[in-house]
Amino acid sequence: MPIEAGGKTYETDEEGYLADLNDWNPDLATAMAKADGADLDENHWEVINFLREYYEEYQIAPAVRVLTKAIGKKLGPEKGNSKYLYELFPYGPAKQACKYAGLPKPTGCV
Amino acid sequence: MANFETPELQETVEIPALKKGVMSHSRPFVSKEQFQAPLGFPGELADDWKDVAIAKLGELLKTNRALQVFMDSCVKCGACTDKCHYFLGTSDPRNMPVARQDLLRGVYRRYYTLPGKYFPKLVGATDLTEEVMDQWYSYFHQCSECRRCSVYCPYGIDTAEITMATRDIMNAVGKGQKYSNEIIGKVFKIGNNLGLPQPALEDTLLGLEEDVKDETGIDVRFPLDEKGAEVLVVTPSADFFAEPHIDGLIGYAKVFHAAGISWTLSSHASEAANFGLFIGSNENMKKIAMRIREAALDLGVKRIIFGECGHAWRVAYSYLNTLAGPFDFLDPRYPVPQHICEFTHDLIQRGVITLDKSRNDHRRVTFHDSCNVARASRMGDMPGGQFVIPREVIKAACNHFYDMAPETIGEATFCCGGGGGLLTDDLMELRVKGALPRMSALKQVVEEHEVTHMAAICAICKSQFSKVLPYYGFQMDQIISVHQLVSDAIVLDAQQ
Repeated sequence: MPIEAGGKTYETDEEGYLADLNDWNPDLATAMAKADGADLDENHWEVINFLREYYEEYQIAPAVRVLTKAIGKKLGPEKGNSKYLYELFPYGPAKQACKYAGLPKPTGCV
Repeated sequence: MANFETPELQETVEIPALKKGVMSHSRPFVSKEQFQAPLGFPGELADDWKDVAIAKLGELLKTNRALQVFMDSCVKCGACTDKCHYFLGTSDPRNMPVARQDLLRGVYRRYYTLPGKYFPKLVGATDLTEEVMDQWYSYFHQCSECRRCSVYCPYGIDTAEITMATRDIMNAVGKGQKYSNEIIGKVFKIGNNLGLPQPALEDTLLGLEEDVKDETGIDVRFPLDEKGAEVLVVTPSADFFAEPHIDGLIGYAKVFHAAGISWTLSSHASEAANFGLFIGSNENMKKIAMRIREAALDLGVKRIIFGECGHAWRVAYSYLNTLAGPFDFLDPRYPVPQHICEFTHDLIQRGVITLDKSRNDHRRVTFHDSCNVARASRMGDMPGGQFVIPREVIKAACNHFYDMAPETIGEATFCCGGGGGLLTDDLMELRVKGALPRMSALKQVVEEHEVTHMAAICAICKSQFSKVLPYYGFQMDQIISVHQLVSDAIVLDAQQ
């Protein structure tokens, strides 16, 4: 099911994850969130940007613990926990945030 | 979030009124060629798929005597019908184990029995058609290969073997399941189910060293690829990534630290799971298992210990030697392999490590027996050790332990609802409904004993529960690793 953003159409897999990581742009993230009935604010963007930076370095999404620690450092310790991340991304930070960030879905027993 | 209703929790296990075909829509995403090829399977159905499927069934009947016996010996007594968590949770009569088995048995009778060849209608024999294959795909992905039904079968028919055989046939004709096959491809390419490359693993482990240091002030190490270590730990990659799994990994590290035994993880064998089992593919299972042998040889370790992973322990305990042995290069004084619970239990018994139970006084704990550990393996040197040892570890780590109802634990344990290659979002309805018996048993101990946490020793169980607990009114963090309890109770400064 392809997704449209900024007048262009992008390929995704069965679950809406972007087929080609290089296609990603911020409009796409906004469009994906809108399709889920969500609006992205600056807190969401902090997470999305961190995920993209981490992926660029390691070719994988960060562990939930690595993510919470990084967010805690950036936004304050009260936000460095998975409860906060689940409030931002109710379908799970690892999966929903990865999708908006254009990353492939984490696979395995997770 | 989901277009299905979560079942109501029950006092005791109730047999539901039948709803024929109510789950016939449930099926996981089909694997594409890119995920089939690395496993040696065709990417799509070829014109002669029926012949290939029938020939594959014939091959399996010859090479797997058990399958032949299971095909022939069912007398339709009905003992299995109300034992499956997916039947109990979905009400679909096709999820009665015998009915699911009969989807393959009918085809077997048509092509491999004399009466089935000449009088198919009289003996319930069915032609293999695309419609039958669709039913296979749907319902053999509604079996988690947990083997609870087999415990009650007077002939010992093992439904899991039938499910594995059918999935193997489907893969042979190009109808594989995306979730399992994509994951196996990642194990071959990168080394683990997650696709976690060595640098990311190293970074994650360094981060954990920092965290433990911050929390305890002690330098607990998480070694990776360290040659000459005494023990190689093979653990599910979820232990590096997900919650609550990672707290279990921290527990293992603290145990090794406190016992003063050197250990290492391996980036080559950075995964305990072996999804080759789930898809019934011996070739893939063997290839995945060989990584462990290679890592053990390369690192020069003397022992292999498996972390908290259910089906990995089945493969390790029951088949590792056949798949990747002999392990005559390891220290013969220790079992090959050992389970982390067995290892920790022994250290507790001998007084090598000290646990302060009161540190878990804020928790009231129950234990979920994972199906592959419970019904397909053992632990330690006594029968039933797989039930006793994890519980003894828990009881040594906390003061408040309460078992769930006896008909829902031990060898009668209910699957979490996500085992056997079904832990995927495209099967969420099945996963939620299949968790009903376990969730009902949990509710009972929550009400009777104010249980706050359920501990488990399987990565799939932990992920499945953290996802489905909220559907039943629980909190996602009520599921914890057994070694998280150990981690919180262990006295580290005693050895300093």
